[in-house]
Amino acid sequence: MTKTSVRNMFIGSTVVVSVVFAVLTILSHKSFPERTHPENLTAAVVHGKRVWEKHACIDCHTLLGEGAYYAPELANVIDRRGVDFVRTVLETDAKQGWGAVRRMPKFDLSAEDINGLIAFFQWMGNIDTNNWPPNKEG
Amino acid sequence: MRYQYESQRVAYPYFIVAILLFGLQVLFGLVIGAQYIWPDLLFPLIPFNIARMIHINLLVVWIIMGFMGCAFYLIPEEVEGEIYSVKLALVTLVLFVIGGVTAVGGYLFRIHDGREFLEQPFFIKVAIVIVVLLFIYNILMTMIKGRRRTTISVVFFGGFVGLAVFYLFAFYKPANMVVDKYYWWWVVHLWVEGVWELIMAAILSFLLIKLTGIDREVAEKWLYLIIGLTFITGVIGTGHHYYWIGTPAFWQTWGAYFSATEVLPFVAMVAFSFKMISKKTREHPNRAAVLWTGGAAVVSFLGAGVWGFMHTLPQVNYYTHGTQMTASHGHLAFFGAYVLIILAMISYAVPNLSNKTESIRSQKIEIFSFWTMVISMFSIALILTGAGIVQVTLQRVMGMPYMETQTYMKVFYGLRLAFGGIFLIGLLAFYYDFFTKAGRAR
Ligand code: HEM
Ligand code: HEM
Ligand SMILES: [Fe+2]
Repeated sequence: MTKTSVRNMFIGSTVVVSVVFAVLTILSHKSFPERTHPENLTAAVVHGKRVWEKHACIDCHTLLGEGAYYAPELANVIDRRGVDFVRTVLETDAKQGWGAVRRMPKFDLSAEDINGLIAFFQWMGNIDTNNWPPNKEG
Repeated sequence: MRYQYESQRVAYPYFIVAILLFGLQVLFGLVIGAQYIWPDLLFPLIPFNIARMIHINLLVVWIIMGFMGCAFYLIPEEVEGEIYSVKLALVTLVLFVIGGVTAVGGYLFRIHDGREFLEQPFFIKVAIVIVVLLFIYNILMTMIKGRRRTTISVVFFGGFVGLAVFYLFAFYKPANMVVDKYYWWWVVHLWVEGVWELIMAAILSFLLIKLTGIDREVAEKWLYLIIGLTFITGVIGTGHHYYWIGTPAFWQTWGAYFSATEVLPFVAMVAFSFKMISKKTREHPNRAAVLWTGGAAVVSFLGAGVWGFMHTLPQVNYYTHGTQMTASHGHLAFFGAYVLIILAMISYAVPNLSNKTESIRSQKIEIFSFWTMVISMFSIALILTGAGIVQVTLQRVMGMPYMETQTYMKVFYGLRLAFGGIFLIGLLAFYYDFFTKAGRAR
């Protein structure tokens, strides 16, 4: 085989896989309304996502299994612990930091931030994840 | 062989900064590794999330800087012409360093964004784009002015353009977290399992040509084969991240079949390296550089190919997703593929740049450094695999709460930190060798 023919195979196959990938991406987008319920993306959820990013929660926790592995999964935390427990964690954290062994830093969360985070977790909990995680411990 | 073009020397300051940032990255790795054992360490001054973002951001920054250094060394020899503007290359480096230091300094004061690997605040992201564009412009002009156009130079250039293009998805932050995650992987996965592999394969081909004297025509055929396999498997292979994040179930089929074959480009790189090294037409005096080069092929095959395959099928990933298993693979893959290929280039280029044939003594230190780093990083990967197995069993199979599982994993975290310390010894040996070689140049 000559170099030119190997090169042409490279270019041809790259074009093919890119087209397939683009089609699968479009199909994914078509499924998002049903799987993620964007109609429930209220101002509180959007604010919650912003608070989540502002404090880089992802660099300790996982969210749908992505992030850091230093602290528990949070996409299903409402299901696992209930709203009241999560609220207590965040309120404690606003003042002094949560946790006995590994501690969350103190984040100075306002009431709006806490409500936003809870709404955000509730929204995350409603995503169709193909039954992941295997159990509610995440 | 002595360097052939005066402007190649601009690679040298890039290499210095890159390996110094590498050291800083490892120090922060040791900090978070220690915080796993002593959670109160440096708390609340530098909490885990801040130290971790510094660890992984420095990794990405110094690797990109290292790639740039590699380009400034290899592109002139490839295209047979001087770098278009050495001054611009230096300006780019200074801007990059300022941007990097500002970003990391800012993290310590909680100035950051909130997505893993993309924690850079908006203005730093813009600065990164500018720096990369300046670099691309400089290389492009060098290639246009050069006397010949080689496959290696074109593939390297294409890889860097891809790096820039996919980074643009870092600016897209939709309110829908699922969409956000979908395109986050277009930066992370399509970098490390896509365009960065082009850069790696180009550097590998360059080094093998120089070190073994093989025919360029043969090497470039291999290069096309490797990057062809990379894209055929890796583009749709992105699907191995779309199993459980709200994306459709059809990804479990597409992602599994394509990502399972992602090991092939790494197999090809190993076959290429060993074939060329065994058929070599010249005995290159820089034996250490041959070792780093072969090491990059083998360890990337292990870290990306084997460890990647271990958790890439949905039946396995359902249980291992987001556990210490992931961290195990992340470390060995990044180290084998990108750290080692840059160190290989440094090992080859620096003696040439300093214009001295190296003494046996310094080769000994370098070879010691290679084995220390490789063995300790491989040990870290094995230890974290052990931790991952315990975590999966307790948490995913038995349903034990996360924090409780951690009490059963302490021994792994202790061992990981110990081998991290040994890794640092290997790195210090590398520094010693690097700076004494440079010292002899003056
Ligand atoms: C040798 C000393 C090192 C130690 C002790 C160390 C420790 C750590 C720790 C504790 C984490 C956080 C894991 C978590 O989220 O729970 C981490 C993440 C990471 N480190 Fe290191 N590290 C070291 C060196 C390196 C090197 C040399 C590389 C690159 C080759 C590297 C690449 C990474 C990457 C890519 C991540 C993110 C992993 C992921 O998201 O799955 N580290 N490291
Ligand atoms: C040099 C190439 C590679 C590098 C540097 C690399 C690095 C990484 C890193 C850092 C992560 C963690 C991302 C996060 O923070 O969530 C990851 C995840 C993953 N990688 Fe790779 N990887 C490479 C190649 C591969 C290959 C070839 C495969 C498969 C054949 C693979 C399979 C996976 C899978 C399945 C995950 C997701 C793990 C999970 O579900 O938690 N990787 N990789
Ligand atoms: Fe991937």
